[in-house]
Amino acid sequence: MTGQASLSSRPLARLWPRRRPSVLPGFGLTLGFAVFYLGLLVLLPLAAVFLRAAGLTPEAFWALVTHPRTIAALRVSFGASLVAAFINVGFGALTAWVLVRYRFPGRRLLDAVVDLPFALPTAVAGIALSSLYAVNGPLGGLLAPLGIKVAYTWLGVVVALTFIGLPFVVRTVQPVLEDLDKGQEEAAATLGASRWQTLRRVVLPALAPALLTGFTLAFARAVGEYGSVIFIAGNLPYRTEIAPLLIVIQLGEYNYAGATALAVVMLVIAFVLLLAINLLQAWSRRRLGGV
Amino acid sequence: MDHPMPPAPASPTPGPSAARAFPSRRRGRWHPPTTETAPTRAVLIAGAVLFLLLVLLAPLISVFAEALADGLPGYVAALTDPEALSAIRLTLLVAVLSVPLNALFGLAAAWAIAKFEFPGKSLFITVIDLPFSISPVIAGLVYVLVYGAHGVLGPFLQAHDLQVVFALPGIVLATMFVTVPFVARELIPLMQEQGTGDEEAALSLGASGWQTFWRVTLPNVKWALLYGVLLCNARAMGEFGAVAVVSGRIRGFTNTMPLQVEILYNEYNTVAAFAVASLLAVLALATLVLKTLLEWRYGDALMARRGH
Repeated sequence: MTGQASLSSRPLARLWPRRRPSVLPGFGLTLGFAVFYLGLLVLLPLAAVFLRAAGLTPEAFWALVTHPRTIAALRVSFGASLVAAFINVGFGALTAWVLVRYRFPGRRLLDAVVDLPFALPTAVAGIALSSLYAVNGPLGGLLAPLGIKVAYTWLGVVVALTFIGLPFVVRTVQPVLEDLDKGQEEAAATLGASRWQTLRRVVLPALAPALLTGFTLAFARAVGEYGSVIFIAGNLPYRTEIAPLLIVIQLGEYNYAGATALAVVMLVIAFVLLLAINLLQAWSRRRLGGV
Repeated sequence: MDHPMPPAPASPTPGPSAARAFPSRRRGRWHPPTTETAPTRAVLIAGAVLFLLLVLLAPLISVFAEALADGLPGYVAALTDPEALSAIRLTLLVAVLSVPLNALFGLAAAWAIAKFEFPGKSLFITVIDLPFSISPVIAGLVYVLVYGAHGVLGPFLQAHDLQVVFALPGIVLATMFVTVPFVARELIPLMQEQGTGDEEAALSLGASGWQTFWRVTLPNVKWALLYGVLLCNARAMGEFGAVAVVSGRIRGFTNTMPLQVEILYNEYNTVAAFAVASLLAVLALATLVLKTLLEWRYGDALMARRGH
């Protein structure tokens, strides 16, 4: 009887593996605490947003989400984030390449500086960028005679999002570049490839998963960014108003339905991006054996 | 492979024909085929340095330049303003409350994930990283929807005269939300890499569970723990979006330093705004220096570290 029972439960066990017995103590305590903590702090409050959104009729939800101002804010957030992420991939790859492959004075300082956007509070970055790129600021003053206005325009949003996104690309590409086997480049050179051909056909494909992961990380961060953008953006509705700011404005007007609907849209997009990042990282691990 | 040949150096090296046959063996100005020519390298380095200078360093420099625009007395006056002092106190208090709790969570989560096998583990790891993918503004919004006057628990809290939103508890909760992953994500890969061998040895020698944790596990991960706490603290003290939504910006009461920066800047009190901002910039610089020192000195003990 018992043998039969264990036999019949085997397919289920394969799908849902039992916890492997361990001599170490504390599994229940630590997992219990961690799940309780995460649930109370993150998951239940997030569920409240979806619960609140579920209280809206589908028509009302759709009307809120497709309101012209909401659409415009989402377009600004996504458009500027996309442009910033592309800039970050270009200059992030260049920075990673220079830091890994070349030796020059100040390299380690430069390497440390890359993490500045992680460490500098976003509001500080925001007011600093804003005063730098204002028409009467040191950098904005240089660009103004050329007819380029950065602060209080769409370009300002891109500058701020480039600032906060750069380390994501550099720190994703850098370790892959460090682990890259130089033998492959030597082999390509031996076989008569020019340096440019080697870079394009050997190095770039090896870096592709890391570049794509860095792009997605920078993009995901940029879409939700608030602090560094609002000072430099000018925040004109329909023009330079980002989606997170619109949530704050709607909350200030006690428009909880509007804020919730927009938050749900952004959360769903964030989940999709998170899934994409996980899949990309799994892909690059398979390809390179570890990011 | 027809690179232009530089003139032969003075030292006795193989002749040009030998160098052409074995280009990678040649040293000096002749570059091996697996790197770029010296001018290309110089252009690439200059490009990267210029970009980092303009995009990353210029804002940092401008914070200090603007803060000291009215000289030292103006700077000191801005920082000793009662509202600025109360913002500094609140920011420190929020960090003191939220960082240790998140460190405790990180240790517990890493212990369960790294030392045991259980179903749903990879999902659990993904959920820990979730706050990194969520806009800080939404992190603030969720607490307003739960604890605000119109929130799920609003009537209950009002009946018991408890205030969460627009008060310290809301600020601490929102800060904890956005900083949850920092310690955990430093510890999990490291502890997974270290496995369970050391702990099993300690237990087999008669140590209790707590003794094993304090004397074996904690010393093994202390630098990674410090690293995570450092990053967690920097974000906790600098968090703006999430806190802006839940704080209500009551001056002198629920204004943290980043919020004080915003208010002063919007009032065109630029020097005072940058003075408070400069303290946060110093915090960021100190974090970077300590982080870099940890990476140089204890790189191996931090292993499996990656950017986020």
